[in-house]
Amino acid sequence: MSDASIHTPAQTKEASFGDFFALLKPRVMSLVVFTAMVGLLAAPGSIHPFVAFVAILCIAIGGGASGALNMWYDADIDAIMTRTQSRPIPSGKVTGGEAYAIGMTLSVFSVVMLGLATNWFAAGFLAFTIFFYVVIYTMWLKRWTPQNIVIGGAAGAFPPMVGWAAVTGGVSVESTLMFLLIFMWTPPHFWALCLFMKTDYRDAGVPMLNVTHGRPATRNHILVYTILLAAIAIGMAFTSVGGMIYLVTALVLNAMFLVGAVRIWRRSDAACEADEHKVEKRFFGLSLLYLFLHFGAILAEVALAPHGLGGW
Amino acid sequence: MAIHKDHEIHHRRFGRNLGLALVLGAFVVLLMGLTVVKVTSEGRALAAQEAKQ
Repeated sequence: MSDASIHTPAQTKEASFGDFFALLKPRVMSLVVFTAMVGLLAAPGSIHPFVAFVAILCIAIGGGASGALNMWYDADIDAIMTRTQSRPIPSGKVTGGEAYAIGMTLSVFSVVMLGLATNWFAAGFLAFTIFFYVVIYTMWLKRWTPQNIVIGGAAGAFPPMVGWAAVTGGVSVESTLMFLLIFMWTPPHFWALCLFMKTDYRDAGVPMLNVTHGRPATRNHILVYTILLAAIAIGMAFTSVGGMIYLVTALVLNAMFLVGAVRIWRRSDAACEADEHKVEKRFFGLSLLYLFLHFGAILAEVALAPHGLGGW
Repeated sequence: MAIHKDHEIHHRRFGRNLGLALVLGAFVVLLMGLTVVKVTSEGRALAAQEAKQ
């Protein structure tokens, strides 16, 4: 008798290691790793390279843990939205209890390890970040207010501040501006996505701005946030982490982002339907590049500073 | 001779066990590395402080 014959179809849903890893939202984690690394490297002072590696790993694991707890709590709406239906819990590969256990274990692990490796201020900041994402955003704001993404976006904006705190043991104007850059970037980034994934959120009953206030209001909000974002992004060029490379990058990217926001603002629903949200999709793609290049420019300033090329 | 054919689920379980083993191994390496770095850097700082005095 072959071993295969004793298995029922239900058992074939058993999770692989990759399914458990998917609970940590690896794509979101990559953004967390990158921005935390820039915050850590741009901070004044020095840290042993291995301690820096452990710090970034802990921040990444903390981000992943909050992703797992988010999937545990949001399993009901993930099962409705096409974008999230294939996630490990709605697809039946991982149980909610397993996701909860992994999320809680990794949360404690990441905070304690960061505290032991660097300092307890950074560890406390990481614990607050996890709390903010899981409790404030996922459990409270997401299903309650159309401003969910605005306030909840703070959770994704904390990692560079945690990275900075890992070196300095505190906060500064520069780390706060890095936070504000991601904080102000998140709403236009997500609202652009909502404009071309509109039925997903409506079906799941998530009060996204386009569902509660309509698409014209969402377009207005995208434009206003993009203008405010440009002021913060360009303003950072004149701090200790800025320089000519950053300033040029910020000026070009913010001009492009503003043009994109104005194009979205001027569009009608009919025009969106006619070209299948081409402009919104392009704006969403640009938003990913926008954040990566801003933090990449800060990294370039830091890397070139010892050679007399970076900074002012 | 008995026919033995591994089901896909066995490969998946093996991958899961292997993944967990690697994660635990990495944790041990991480703790060891962190201990070595902390002990040596704090030892050096202490030596420098004593030399000053």
